[in-house]
Amino acid sequence: MTSSLLFNITTLAYMASMVTFFMYLASKNKSVGLVGSLLAYAGLAVQTVAIGLRWKESYDIGFGHAPLSNLYESVVFFSWTIILIYLLIDLKYKYRIVGAFVVPFALLGMAWAQLGLNTGIEPLVPALQSNWLLYHVVTCFLGYAAFAVACGVSIMYLIKAHHEANSSTTSSAGGLMALFPPTRVLDDLNYRAIMIGFPLLTIGIITGAAWADYAWGTYWSWDPKETWSLIVWFIYAAFLHARFTKGWVGKRAAWLSIIGFAATIFCYLGVNLFLSGLHSYGGK
Amino acid sequence: MATSQRNFIESVWDLFCSLKLTMFLLISLALTSVIGTVLPQGEVPPEYVAQISPLKFQIYTKLHFFDMYHSWWFIALLYIFSLNLICCSIKRLPHVLTFISQPALVLDASMQKAFSLKQEVAFSTPLDIARKKLADFLKAELANPVVTERDGAFHLFAQKNAWCRLGVYVVHASILVIFVGAIIGSLFGDKGFVNISEGESVSTFMSRTGKETNLGFTVRCDQFTVTKYATGAPKEFKSILTILENGKPVPDYVNARVIVNDPLTYKGYTFYQSSYGQADEGSEHYLTVTPRGGTDKKRIIIHKGEAVTLKDGTVVKLIAATQEVQQIIPELNGPAAQIEVAFKGKSPQVLEVFKNYPESNIQRGDELIFGYEGTNAKMFTGLQVAKDPGVWVVWLGCALMVVGLCIAFFMSHKRVWIVVSKGHARMYGNASKNQAAFSMQFDDLAAKLKELKI
Repeated sequence: MTSSLLFNITTLAYMASMVTFFMYLASKNKSVGLVGSLLAYAGLAVQTVAIGLRWKESYDIGFGHAPLSNLYESVVFFSWTIILIYLLIDLKYKYRIVGAFVVPFALLGMAWAQLGLNTGIEPLVPALQSNWLLYHVVTCFLGYAAFAVACGVSIMYLIKAHHEANSSTTSSAGGLMALFPPTRVLDDLNYRAIMIGFPLLTIGIITGAAWADYAWGTYWSWDPKETWSLIVWFIYAAFLHARFTKGWVGKRAAWLSIIGFAATIFCYLGVNLFLSGLHSYGGK
Repeated sequence: MATSQRNFIESVWDLFCSLKLTMFLLISLALTSVIGTVLPQGEVPPEYVAQISPLKFQIYTKLHFFDMYHSWWFIALLYIFSLNLICCSIKRLPHVLTFISQPALVLDASMQKAFSLKQEVAFSTPLDIARKKLADFLKAELANPVVTERDGAFHLFAQKNAWCRLGVYVVHASILVIFVGAIIGSLFGDKGFVNISEGESVSTFMSRTGKETNLGFTVRCDQFTVTKYATGAPKEFKSILTILENGKPVPDYVNARVIVNDPLTYKGYTFYQSSYGQADEGSEHYLTVTPRGGTDKKRIIIHKGEAVTLKDGTVVKLIAATQEVQQIIPELNGPAAQIEVAFKGKSPQVLEVFKNYPESNIQRGDELIFGYEGTNAKMFTGLQVAKDPGVWVVWLGCALMVVGLCIAFFMSHKRVWIVVSKGHARMYGNASKNQAAFSMQFDDLAAKLKELKI
């Protein structure tokens, strides 16, 4: 058994989970929703084994490093963290339907990684040979994943809020919308996901700065990646203050969360693909 | 006049205390920061200048877009941001401190109505005994309560983690601490670069500001090596350095190893492995010449840019040489040279000759076969030099920020009141954060209260 086979199984599990969640949306049958969650959990379990196996495989061929060293490995890890954060929120708050808006992000990542990226295990270039790699990448991606969940919840919020504004009679609002938690709950979930993501992003930026200081003697050099991570930080800082600011509650906050995730994705991928800088090895 | 002046000051003060300004600043900082990631920063490459119109270049330069993170307007935004932070804290902190030091010991009727978490129990024991039992209950379950008598009723108040309301101010202060660290670094720190050839020493480096800075000691590069993976990808760049004081090696700093991700620090200066190259000046390169079909291989010593005339009148000139051709032609490796050969009476031609591929040197149909054997040139190591006395202040700020965020997000100020009157007691609860989790805790507490034998 190889890690690449397991990664393919993971992708199929997330695909099945997403399809099941869509069937849940259509059927409103609770046990279908449960199957959707269970498929996502099964995918997470397989993926966990696969990541561990890839780690071991890198030792077997003599490179010996954590599977976080190139774009393929980071996309796979990102998918894993998204489902992990979803699992935490699902277990704690039990709003199953959130899965329909979060699992697609993880599936998208896995499908792109498996079909479009170079899956080979490569040796670590000198710049990445440090324990900081693990701390920095793990904290950043857990943060990103929490923002992905917040983005999914914000999309739900906007759909629900739009529906509530347009339907004059709340009693007949049943149908699909009945599955959605109330906007108050969605707003709260959004805030909670960002409350997980923001400290993680902060620690990710700090470990990055500490690593940069250790490796290059400068903790901050306004490299595009650093700057974009700070931009993301500013946006979510604005989100956190929006809750206490008149005129910024509700829809605007949901939009801030979505814009924040768009900036996160640009920070993660756009910087490597379009801009140059110290993280350019991630683009290959 | 005086009142309008005071109104003006007041409105400025209100502006700096407002969250609207905070939102504006955070979004402005996010938006303007994008500019510097799209436009080149620092020295603008001429290719870029050629790409854009002169007017655009002029406007961008006027607006400091090519060094925007150090421009007056970006720094000004950061200062206003700091002012906003400070003003908000000055305005709100005293209230929070009062709230913590003087909690609402007595729950008046309006507050009793406002709280959604409540539980009532009846009892028949005398008031004094019931009060004592309930106080013990709160002490065991949450915290030792403060008892206040008001209008014949006893108000028992217990709270936990009141100080966690300060978490957000810790985060705000941490940002200021980080700024202070950055300012210390820019005032008293220095950054720069130095190249040292193998066997050579330096006691100065080229500072970022463009001036030569004295280290106060000497650094010698004993050796520089590059090792590679089987795939040809670099595995390690390593400098062996020795620190000297007054010409004498400093113990513990002899043959010190510096690799990427593992620098060397001495007297506040840290040396980071950053680049490398070949020290070309005056070094000898070795070419070989063999007549086609012959075995009489001759060695020529040549310097870069130098032309040598052979016995038969052929002129050879060394244009360029590298000890690792892979950087130029990825599929090849080893030393290579670019030479210009002019056979007598013919126009010159440019050839590439390789050490590791003699057959490709032979394949050319000339009457003389050239080869390249390498050089006696030394390697030089390129070291980043940094001194930043503010960096520990920055780390202190970062630690404060993480601690502050954890307090602000994950801890909650929990308050519970029990109002005991004759025959019945009412319990109320409130938490500063995470009401859902606290309501479960309160339900648990309420169940225990009902079980309690009063």
